[in-house]
Amino acid sequence: MSAKLSLRGVRKRFGDHEVCKGIDLDVGEGEMVCLIGASGSGKSTLLRCMNLLEPIDDGAIWLDGDDISEPGRDPQPVRQRIGIVFQSYNLFPHMTASENVMLAPRRVKGLSRDELRPQVTELFTRFGLGDRMEHYPDQLSGGQQQRVAIIRALAMAPEIMLFDEITSALDPELVGEVLDVLRDLRRQGMTMVLATHEMGFARELADKVCFLDAGRILEQGPPEAVFGAPREERTRAFLSRVL
Amino acid sequence: MAEQDLYQSAAGDKPAAPTRREAYEASVRRRSNRIALTSTAVVLLSVFILVPLAPGWEAVQRSFFNGEVFAKTFPGLLNAFLLDVMIFAWCAPLIALVGLGIALCRDVRAPALFPLRLFGAVYTDVFRGLPVVLVIYLIGFGIPGLGLPRPWNSPYIWGSLALILVYAAYVAEVIRSGIDSIHQSQRAAAASLGLSDADTMRFVVLPQAIRNVVPANMNLFIALQKDVALLSFIGPVEIFRQAGVYKSLYANFTPYVGAALIFLALTIPATRYADYLMNKQNRRRR
Ligand SMILES: Nc1ncnc2c1ncn2[C@@H]1O[C@H](COP(=O)(O)OP(=O)(O)OP(=O)(O)O)[C@@H](O)[C@H]1O
Ligand SMILES: [Mg+2]
Repeated sequence: MSAKLSLRGVRKRFGDHEVCKGIDLDVGEGEMVCLIGASGSGKSTLLRCMNLLEPIDDGAIWLDGDDISEPGRDPQPVRQRIGIVFQSYNLFPHMTASENVMLAPRRVKGLSRDELRPQVTELFTRFGLGDRMEHYPDQLSGGQQQRVAIIRALAMAPEIMLFDEITSALDPELVGEVLDVLRDLRRQGMTMVLATHEMGFARELADKVCFLDAGRILEQGPPEAVFGAPREERTRAFLSRVL
Repeated sequence: MAEQDLYQSAAGDKPAAPTRREAYEASVRRRSNRIALTSTAVVLLSVFILVPLAPGWEAVQRSFFNGEVFAKTFPGLLNAFLLDVMIFAWCAPLIALVGLGIALCRDVRAPALFPLRLFGAVYTDVFRGLPVVLVIYLIGFGIPGLGLPRPWNSPYIWGSLALILVYAAYVAEVIRSGIDSIHQSQRAAAASLGLSDADTMRFVVLPQAIRNVVPANMNLFIALQKDVALLSFIGPVEIFRQAGVYKSLYANFTPYVGAALIFLALTIPATRYADYLMNKQNRRRR
């Protein structure tokens, strides 16, 4: 078991509705895995399970060979190692961009603002927001807010990053700037799992594409295989609708 | 030539000229202002003409609106009102503190702390369910009745405690509604960064929640300023009681009108300000 993150038979239900019906998935170190699938197929839920925002009902999640899904285990140390970025940014509206980014490192890692400043400034500059650090979220465009949200997650120096349709709330002309950030992270060798509707992007950069359908991974493989020669009828039907 | 000039000014390099729509809206505004003014004038006039025609008007005027008594008692009333302000001033911060504490009690999740949660719920139910004046009587007469030594038999202490207990219950409910109004995704974002529940509450949820409920809490504190007068029932000679003293002295009710004016001078601006904040917030949310 050499994968960075492994899911085995993961099940999750909300009331009577089983959203994940036994998911098996391996994410290797430095890999980028894309989850695709129709609305309601369980992509967001699966991502939230991976960093323990939702407890799973059955199965197991392994991080570096360590079972993190054990019931009763403290989720906080795991969440520090797995960052997540949401579709709706979820920045803290009463804090400036830089305060948003520094809160968790200050409180969780006990670093001071002065210690953090150089590293945080570097992140903002790298993602083209060097002059926006002291702005409040409502003074930023959607694309800028989403980049701040990514910086906020990166500032905890996570080993894995999860992205939940981070471009779907953005105006088309702002999508590019956020995808560039992902390309940049990809080059740095970050391990990433994305739920996405950007099929072109998935095809260009993913190591592995997983097609989710009604809580199951129906098909997975390299993008050429899944996009170029899908085996399953339902995958073909989905792709013909979105491409 | 002239036609051309006209055309140019209509094209609007002079911003002063109103557009057709602005002109229309201005005329509508003028018209409704005229109607409002007229109807107000009619109502006021009838009050001023009809009320003095009432058979008891002379007597009422003498005992409630006596200029001489007013001038003699007003400074004393103002002085007594200082006591109201002082009681308010030491109660308000304590109420905010206790209210916040109770609100937090009601939000704890850990099973070991369930008693706190229960306490918070019972507390707010009890103190919101009782008339303020009853609590003041029970605590204000009950506790000093234990025969405590000075200064612990002071009605100031126990009367204030009664106000604090009651108002903290209301403030707690307001703060809790503020906490509930913060969207779950904010907590999820904080948790996903590895923040503890306590830090999430302190740095993410509470600052937003409290800002949202500032206007509602202001209204509570305005009510508190008025309810300070209830302490007069257990002893302190604040403005209401002082007015009563003057009433007996001059056999005239004018001091009560003076006291009412003093209260209004404080509460009306405060209420307006709270309304202004509330409107501003509603507009921002839309
Ligand atoms: N907290 C919850 N309580 C109850 N049902 C939920 C909850 N969260 C998600 N669901 C349900 O789980 C199913 C999968 O939702 P999920 O958000 O994971 O889908 P998705 O693939 O991310 O869809 P989309 O592309 O629209 O984001 C949906 O039917 C949804 O209604
Ligand atoms: Mg989703």
